Amino acid sequence: MTVVERAATFDCRQAFADELRALAQVDERIVAVCNDSVGSSNLVGFRREFPDRLVNVGIAEQDLVGVAAGLANAGKIPFVCAAAPFLTGRALEQIKNDVAYSQAHVVLCGQSPGMAYGELGPTHHSIEDLSWVRAVANLDVIVPADPDQTRAAVRWAAASGRPTYLRIPRFKVPAVTPADAPFAPGQAVRLTDGDDVTVIAIGSLISRALDAAARLGEEGIGVRVLNMPFIEPIDTAAVLAAARQTRGIVTAEEATTSGGLGAAVAATVVTAHPTPMRILGVPRVFAPTGDTAFLLDHFGLSADGIVAAVRDLLDGGRA
Amino acid sequence: MLPSDPDVSARYRDTAARIRAADTDAAAVELRRIAREVRRSIVRMIDRAQMGHIGGDLSVTDILVTCFWGALSLDPRQPAWPERDRFILSKGHCAAALYSTLAHAGFFHSAELDTFMAPMSALNGHPNKIKVPGVETNTGALGHGFPVATGCAIAARLAGQTWRTVVVLGDGEMQEGSNWEAAMTASHYGLASLTAVVDRNRLQQGARTEETKRLEPLADKWRSFGWEVREVDGHDHAALLRALGPSTAGQPVAVIANTIKGKGVSFMEDRVEWHHKVPTREQVDLALAELAA
Repeated sequence: MTVVERAATFDCRQAFADELRALAQVDERIVAVCNDSVGSSNLVGFRREFPDRLVNVGIAEQDLVGVAAGLANAGKIPFVCAAAPFLTGRALEQIKNDVAYSQAHVVLCGQSPGMAYGELGPTHHSIEDLSWVRAVANLDVIVPADPDQTRAAVRWAAASGRPTYLRIPRFKVPAVTPADAPFAPGQAVRLTDGDDVTVIAIGSLISRALDAAARLGEEGIGVRVLNMPFIEPIDTAAVLAAARQTRGIVTAEEATTSGGLGAAVAATVVTAHPTPMRILGVPRVFAPTGDTAFLLDHFGLSADGIVAAVRDLLDGGRA
Repeated sequence: MLPSDPDVSARYRDTAARIRAADTDAAAVELRRIAREVRRSIVRMIDRAQMGHIGGDLSVTDILVTCFWGALSLDPRQPAWPERDRFILSKGHCAAALYSTLAHAGFFHSAELDTFMAPMSALNGHPNKIKVPGVETNTGALGHGFPVATGCAIAARLAGQTWRTVVVLGDGEMQEGSNWEAAMTASHYGLASLTAVVDRNRLQQGARTEETKRLEPLADKWRSFGWEVREVDGHDHAALLRALGPSTAGQPVAVIANTIKGKGVSFMEDRVEWHHKVPTREQVDLALAELAA
């Protein structure tokens, strides 16, 4: 695969907004639905171009998701754009009943997820969202890792006809996705080859996983880095291949460890090919005050943290 | 998805056309007859399943029948017809009333009613749009249907289409905050194609609404949210027909339908325990006899 330049970093919200606007230009079914979140979802341009197709329900998340389901009922393709903590926390029952159970083609776009709101604190953090939405049947869960993958995710979700949760990163990330990378449900993107350990990461943790792999490579430890943009449905084959071909799996996500990527990978391997694992994320605590970069480092969601987890795994936990 | 019943749906089309062409009083006579049949089916379904929400089913029946035969533009043979009117029963626990109505209109065969809540039946205790034609969204959790209906009405406007949306709410359900979020949205967008009907039977599961959490002054609440309010006897088909007419003020319409829980069965009427009590064999016979009169 091609090597990707990782010097510059990007806020994926712009890529999301640009792609949504481009799609809306060719498909009049596309509408945006927001909860006073025009600015925070970068929808100012969309509103300028399609004023009627931006439905703002005000600060009312239950209504937000219900209205989107109603729009889908009548043939629209609604992209619900709202801060991830409020979208998933406040409207979880609407996500379950009105969207997933009712099979409504609604794309739920969780903006500024994880700890993107840093110093604003746990009310504004969305580390629970992946656990919550993974528990809902018939809902695809996508976490893109960079602008290109964000654009691919928007295109896929618009065409899929499926209830979808799409987590749009705000924390600035470098481009990590090779131009020839696939984007499809149940399909991981292999970013590095290695047969000693596998690191499976998503979103903001991909570049940190790549940095960790480079450092471990200098020590002669071969790390396979997998980007898993679809957590649901997960790439079972890639996970089981990692379990069989490498000595263990480290997962890394900007989310609580209770039910996100790590839990999905663990459930996959434990029933088919048990293998040592380390699950990196936020343990079941509310974060202290700090900006996003500080908090990621604080919880070991860093190249250092991933390196340490790999070593610990290879040492069998004796370190 | 259950298939439609061609004979019954053809009869529905003719009957609905006759009702719409008749004067209001003549229409009401016909609607009363259909409502009696729908109520009898409800009692039989709950008797067979030994489960259900009979009190609310019987309070909402006249609203359902008036909507389906007198007000809405629907085609049981084409339940997904894009320009159909949308009907959403937000009080999804009254699924037996909805299923009975749908079967009498030919959306599916009435024999299916015998399977109500049986293992693997399409007729779950709360309606499922994937399995049951005529269901627009999966309700059951309260406070969901109204926002979805609001989205439907916005979509109709965006498409420049004139079809209408009617959502039927339980009165106890008005205690859910999501409904008031939707009431604000519909009013803000001036959704004149949207009608919300409140089945105002004044009882909820555990007690009277006013003892549980006061709703009154309910009409004033709707008015203060910018809605045109029509308050009617929810068992008077002629009054319901008029109330379900289009908006005259360019705003969404709230119909407060004053009803009696358990309507039509004397020993169930206005009694809180009949929210989801199951009648005995003798009570079923008595109820069916009263509903035949």
